[in-house]
Amino acid sequence: MSNMMEIKNLKAKIGDKTILNGLNLNLEKGKVHAIMGPNGAGKSTLSKAIVGHYDIEVLDGEIIYKGENIIEQEPEERALDGVFLSFQHPVEVPGVNNAYFLRTAVNAKRRHEGKEELNAAQFLREMKKYIETLGMKPDMISRSLNEGFSGGEKKRNEILQMQMLSPDMIVLDEIDSGLDIDALKAVSEGINSMKDGERSFLVITHYSRILDYIKPDYIHVLKDGKIVKTGGPELVAQLESEGYESLGEV
Amino acid sequence: MPQKELDKVVSGDYALGFEIDIEQDTVEPGLDENTIRFISAKKNEPSWMTDQRLKAFEKWKKMTEPHWGHLDYTPIDYQSISYFSAPKSAPDSLDEVDPKIIEAYKKLGIPLEEQKQLQGIAVDAVIDSVSVKTTYSEELSKHGVIFCSISDAIRDYPELVKKYMFSVVPVTDNFFTALNSAVFTDGTFVYIPKGVRCPMELSTYFRINALNTGQFERTIVIADEGSYVSYNEGCSAPMRDDNQLHAAVVELIAMKDAEIKYSTIQNWYPGDEEGKGGIYNFVTKRGICEGENSKISWTQVETGSSITWKYPSCILKGDNSVGEFYSVAVTTLAQQADTGTKMIHIGKNTKSTIISKGISAMKGQNTYRGLVKIAAGATGARNYSECDSLLIGDKCGAHTFPYLESKDSVGQVEHEATTSKISDEQLFYLRQRGIGEEDAVSMIVHGFCKDVFRQLPMEYAVEAKALLNLTLEGSVG
Repeated sequence: MSNMMEIKNLKAKIGDKTILNGLNLNLEKGKVHAIMGPNGAGKSTLSKAIVGHYDIEVLDGEIIYKGENIIEQEPEERALDGVFLSFQHPVEVPGVNNAYFLRTAVNAKRRHEGKEELNAAQFLREMKKYIETLGMKPDMISRSLNEGFSGGEKKRNEILQMQMLSPDMIVLDEIDSGLDIDALKAVSEGINSMKDGERSFLVITHYSRILDYIKPDYIHVLKDGKIVKTGGPELVAQLESEGYESLGEV
Repeated sequence: MPQKELDKVVSGDYALGFEIDIEQDTVEPGLDENTIRFISAKKNEPSWMTDQRLKAFEKWKKMTEPHWGHLDYTPIDYQSISYFSAPKSAPDSLDEVDPKIIEAYKKLGIPLEEQKQLQGIAVDAVIDSVSVKTTYSEELSKHGVIFCSISDAIRDYPELVKKYMFSVVPVTDNFFTALNSAVFTDGTFVYIPKGVRCPMELSTYFRINALNTGQFERTIVIADEGSYVSYNEGCSAPMRDDNQLHAAVVELIAMKDAEIKYSTIQNWYPGDEEGKGGIYNFVTKRGICEGENSKISWTQVETGSSITWKYPSCILKGDNSVGEFYSVAVTTLAQQADTGTKMIHIGKNTKSTIISKGISAMKGQNTYRGLVKIAAGATGARNYSECDSLLIGDKCGAHTFPYLESKDSVGQVEHEATTSKISDEQLFYLRQRGIGEEDAVSMIVHGFCKDVFRQLPMEYAVEAKALLNLTLEGSVG
């Protein structure tokens, strides 16, 4: 068994508040890991720490990705090496054309990988496939990035970016929040289509609903900045019936 | 993101700060009647012009410098400025232009040899107080278009000059227009005859070169009935520790069914981080839509100068006439800009649009000041204003002062204003997708300016984008 990412004894704070208290987590290649936990457990902080957000100050520990500690790496370096975060609240960027932005990102990654850049026609052809299966309105690609998008449109746009960038380590932060049932299905199908036995997924969620659509291999329970329990899918049912409170410190 | 890193991203180098090493005739600093007679004589002006200048000077002496702008600067000592400086030896043809000047303009991206120029752009090149070269004049004259320096126009087309100079911007409009009327040296004169669509873009490139010299240019563009012209101006100056004054006056006249599109890319030396050096840019630009269905459109990209005080305006006199103002003003380092427009609706069904984008970084201070005035009888007048400010970092500032005077209750005025901070979240989002920091800042800023850049002629839009990159992100790496 080999790991895509190993998080070792991670301690991190935001502002004056220490949120992660020595978190350990192994994310296996080709597997779907779900992190569940109550509000304030540190779920979003964990996702931000993985992608190197500036809000996070890492106090101790390592994040080993593809065998290398990436704690000191800039966000764009991690991204170019295949770490992707689907944001809980994707930000709006007025005036920046959605397709132009995405092509810039895709070509930055292709350059990084020593591949030839996609020209506008190639890029559009490639993107069209995904747009249709995601059920996105065609005009969304020519609008400003996320500007005026509904909650569902924003999440579909995140998935479109994920598909186009073809990352190896995919972190999905509350991907189901604000989605109606149709959007949830489209988004889940998009995610499931990316499973190839190599890529790893980290699904961060407060509710178990999404896990009916994206079947996890492992469930981890995050509480007070630590993983307090790890198990198989059966753990979901236990959490549903007993709540997070039933899980004491390990 | 740490502020220091962000500052590094937004403190671009000034690439045009070189000095042209040429011999120049520069008069001793100081301003009195003799200075004015000297300038007038240097230009071989007729006596009516000399008299005009002297009258303006008398009026200026009684006026005081305005200080209502949201600007803070060391007082200007008008006696320490030299009011005339010209490269020695006035050339008659390009062969006689000092090769160093040709070289310098090449460095600025403006070849003066006609065959090497971008197709379809005629240039008037002004260094300090004189026009050194006007290209394509002959070609344009075939269409009846007059494109020459204002000095030539005073000698060759006195009737047109007498009729239109001071007609839109009166001598005593303000302190700086009175000063300019007394001491203006060169600038461009454009006349488009009836029914002619000017076959090429016209442009003037202003260069301040000499030390301690003020530049006071005067430009007049007249579009006769049913004509069209697109005119562009650019400017730059050497890097110096002292402040230099630039006080220009521009007058536009659009007759019935005529259209003038006036674009500016202003890149005077901005001074340094501490506010030392840089150009004081006090400019009055105004156009009149004299005839029915006429249109004047101002587009400006202001990235330079330590102080900018500038309000390109439209007097919408003709019925159904249209005024537009599109502006991007960038203040970084310690730059200050107080800029905006005035739209004066007089004719019926007149329409104006104002789109202003202010970008502030480092210690930059950016003020939008705009007036929309709807006169009695201007029934059906409409205005739309949108003023957006973008802040990069937390030491800069943005201020908005919109004024509205409406004497006609049927006028329709809409005003929207936003201030946003280039957010860490936007930057992070782009970086998480693999886009480097510098490219990410540039992408966000260009997105913000998009509505204005699309108004610029193609070649200039490219230049404006490049300039914005240079101004805001030169030194990462």
